[in-house]
Amino acid sequence: MHETHFGSPRSRVDGPLKVTGAAPYAGEFTAPDLAHGYVVSSAIAKGRITRIDTKDALAVPGVVQVFTHENRPRTAFRSNAYQDEVAPPGKPFRALYDETIVYSGQPVALVVAEDFEIARYAASLVRVTYEAEAHETDLEKVQAKAYVPPVKRQGISPPPKPRGDSEAAFGASPVTVEAGYRIAVEHHNPMEPHATTVVWEGDERITVHDKIQGAQNSQSYITAVFGLPQKDVRVVSPFIGGAFGSGLRPQYQLFLAVMAALELKRSVRVVLTRDQMFTMGYRPDGLQNVALGANQDATLQSIRHDLIANTSTFEDYQEATVNWSAMLYHCDNVTTTHKLAKTDLYTPADMRAPGAPTGLFAMESAMDELAHKLGVDPVTLRLRNYADIDESTNKYHTSKELRAAYQLGAERFGWSKRNPKPRSMKEGRELIGWGMASGAWEAQMAQTSARATLTADGRLEVACATADVGTGTYTILTQIAADALGLPMEKVTTKLGDSSLPKSPVEGGSWTAASAGSAVELACHKVRETLFKSARGLDHSPLANADIERVTFHGERIALVSDSSRFVTLADALKAAGVEKIEAEETASPSKLTQMRYNSFTHSAVFVEVRVDEELGQVRVTRIVDAVAAGRIINPKTARSQIMGGVVFGIGMALHEESMPDHNLGRFMNHNLAEYHVPVNADVHDIEVIFVEEHDTLTSPLGVKGLGEIGIVGTAAAIANAVFHATGKRIRELPITIDKVIGTAEAA
Amino acid sequence: MNRFSYARPGSVAEAVREVAAPASKVLAGGTNLVDLMKYNVERPAHLVDVTRLPGLKAIEETGEGGLRIGALVTNTALAYDPRVQERYPLLSSTILAGATAQLRNAATTGGNLLQRTRCYYFYDAATPCNKRVPGSGCPAIGGVNRIHAILGTSEQCIATHPSDMAVAMAALEAVIRVSGPGGERDIPIAEFHRLPGDTPERDTNLGADEIIVSVELPAPRFATNYTYLKLRDRLSYAFALVSVAAALDMDGGTVREARIALGGVAHKPWRVPEAEALLKGVVPERGAFSLVADRILEGAQGFGGNSFKIDLAHRAILRALSQAAAGTPQSQTDKRIQ
Repeated sequence: MHETHFGSPRSRVDGPLKVTGAAPYAGEFTAPDLAHGYVVSSAIAKGRITRIDTKDALAVPGVVQVFTHENRPRTAFRSNAYQDEVAPPGKPFRALYDETIVYSGQPVALVVAEDFEIARYAASLVRVTYEAEAHETDLEKVQAKAYVPPVKRQGISPPPKPRGDSEAAFGASPVTVEAGYRIAVEHHNPMEPHATTVVWEGDERITVHDKIQGAQNSQSYITAVFGLPQKDVRVVSPFIGGAFGSGLRPQYQLFLAVMAALELKRSVRVVLTRDQMFTMGYRPDGLQNVALGANQDATLQSIRHDLIANTSTFEDYQEATVNWSAMLYHCDNVTTTHKLAKTDLYTPADMRAPGAPTGLFAMESAMDELAHKLGVDPVTLRLRNYADIDESTNKYHTSKELRAAYQLGAERFGWSKRNPKPRSMKEGRELIGWGMASGAWEAQMAQTSARATLTADGRLEVACATADVGTGTYTILTQIAADALGLPMEKVTTKLGDSSLPKSPVEGGSWTAASAGSAVELACHKVRETLFKSARGLDHSPLANADIERVTFHGERIALVSDSSRFVTLADALKAAGVEKIEAEETASPSKLTQMRYNSFTHSAVFVEVRVDEELGQVRVTRIVDAVAAGRIINPKTARSQIMGGVVFGIGMALHEESMPDHNLGRFMNHNLAEYHVPVNADVHDIEVIFVEEHDTLTSPLGVKGLGEIGIVGTAAAIANAVFHATGKRIRELPITIDKVIGTAEAA
Repeated sequence: MNRFSYARPGSVAEAVREVAAPASKVLAGGTNLVDLMKYNVERPAHLVDVTRLPGLKAIEETGEGGLRIGALVTNTALAYDPRVQERYPLLSSTILAGATAQLRNAATTGGNLLQRTRCYYFYDAATPCNKRVPGSGCPAIGGVNRIHAILGTSEQCIATHPSDMAVAMAALEAVIRVSGPGGERDIPIAEFHRLPGDTPERDTNLGADEIIVSVELPAPRFATNYTYLKLRDRLSYAFALVSVAAALDMDGGTVREARIALGGVAHKPWRVPEAEALLKGVVPERGAFSLVADRILEGAQGFGGNSFKIDLAHRAILRALSQAAAGTPQSQTDKRIQ
């Protein structure tokens, strides 16, 4: 295939729409009969509603209805109807189901009014009386009741079976480290709050604009919960203002908006407030313990990584957290465990690289501690224990250029100039620290369909139900399609985020580029075949004796590879075909055979410089080099943005992000963007992204692995390791805030 | 947000009459009040929009060599006024340490002084809070109190005043001119904000029927040896965990007079004149600064999550005084601390 666009930096095709405000988001769609819903949230964490008084709210002129558990319309009885594509095992939360309160912030009423301000005001007049029960939101208090989840979450690998005898090997190891690690609960906090606009189309038909990472996931949720036929529910969500995993599962505003619209037979919009964004999923709390044993020659003899993570009382949320410690290094004795403990909070949710930055913060901090104790360079320690195969599952890697990532990253960073001694580097008042860590994330392909339609005017449309959550999916699919048919990108339109389009799983897990990209290419190739047949059949066709392997589609021409002066234009081929359009729908699937023998991961090596004003505890991250091995890069420009975004997310995890629970009230308290800190420009300095060359023919037909998540993995660990190198202080609880820097003693 | 009536008076006298209405609130930049109304924390029955009042947007010379700042002068206009930059660089620098350019463009001098605490519980109408609902309790005590006060607290309230600007004004001994039914009166900034005591619902001594018309800065004396050092949970756009406005009037190698005001540690900008007096006639060095810090922080009390602030404030006072003595004020753009 002639690649004009694939592999070249291209600006986002949806950029102009976004910067001009023309890209419509879920809470911006409207309808002439639109009513506005405002959610009333529970003030207690556990108990029941004894009385809910809506009289004053209903008396406000303009209020249409107040929905509570007492008057809600009937929906599906069985709890499994509320499951969705990525739901963990358990009974999904059902808004307004009954008087029971299972977490603080739970929606207890929806006020619907003619106008948003009326709804908001009336919501303040809904009086709820509770009978509170004792709650427990503190993981430390319930850790003794931790259990191994009896039902595994679909799509999430449980910790691998132990190999060897980690306990005996740890005991026999001359050099050991062991410590506990923890990161704060984090909420996703995308810029766009969760929102749903339901447009009532009449005759029990609705069009739903939902903030969701998979339109078909919302569609099947709605049809199951409300008993509607699929043809009557269309979900259209062309743009998502960031989600980071919070939009994988249908959130409660979807249920409430659809419920209200069906009951009122009119269009309804429900937009959550920023504080309500803290009443849904989050990156879970977890108590981690890592023990490593090594010989003096820096070879790992034992790895043990244990985790107790919190979940809700109604679902067993699971993510791959400890697994990374079992696959990243060569070691014969490895044990990893993952237990859950129930808290009276909402169920945690997948948040950018769920599990990986959490688990690898612990593991890669421990590796740094081990390197220090052994007196070897942290990169050397990792290279010495490099795993050529995935020993946790005994499978080959489809490709693994992590070694090159270490080397290139170290070189670009200038790692060889590092003085290994903590506190040895200083400039002015600031201590300088250099730290590094490894990252890994799954490179998956998921079965996805796409359609390509070439019309007589020479324009191509490709379509797939998947979402672009701001990552650049519109752009890369346009590039792939344009290359497949030799078109300029301007002649290609990509349509996404619509449940009526060819089937796709949710956008997540970094699988979209490989999956939707492969599907688009397959569909385009089908169109190519038809076009080629038509071109070959022309009178005196210069391609008459060629087969499709011997031609290129380039510059809107089909030409012989051997002689580009012999060609048929696409226009002529189309005309010859004599049809209005050539259309093909194809499905790309991962190879089962490959999956049996291989695992596929993206890898990274993250190098960080921090400068620490030790007296005042202020940490500045002044330089990051992230070397990423992720197969072929479709668009270096959007790819770099993806990784930079992930790295900034990692800075947030390391230094800023923390949802602060009040365990007395059972509630997160800093529920706004003034007090829940994400990095701002001043916190972000030089970030260099390197893509290591990696040839992968097995992960996906495109050789692509996916980039949505690898950028965050390893970043927080590398920053914590750099802080240790700067200060000699080992901080094992994130975020590393001023109080921890000044309050932590130097390690012995 | 509740229903409210709205007035846009055309004169200060008219505005004073309007604010006398029950449960009225003055609306200027709206950067804090409107947020609080959306959160159902502030529920004014009557909004008095003062943004069109004539004569309150000017910065003028006073007879005594100082400046009079109109209540409606924006934070941006104040910070970048050449007279302020030259004669009161501490104030300019302090304002630029706060919020964002967008917020500073909207926020006014009077409104900044009247902004309310950032206490998590005050902001969350579903929780008790003595400041929001007197007598309901203070869950910050025994709860999440990372950002709370260590000085001047009461059993009813441990909230802090969040303003940066007011901290510099406290160090500069600004005087706040207010207008009420009986005419104008001056309130020294030290007496403007209150400690929570048994009435945490009252942030200031401004009468319910008064409005701020201007803030007067006395003749400048601290344009060389000054600094505003702000420590926070990220390098910009966060409220201070601890901040220090320090200003030294030097007489050769010794201190003639010192001013030190702390932000983020109390219900008002925190000054201890007796501590400042310890520097009088002294050569500025860390040993002396440490005694001053000890004295300022006498009686400081932590509540768990904020206990680190006592140590941090001590360290910050030392550094700020070092910066002021060296004549190297903290840059508000380069986040490296000098």
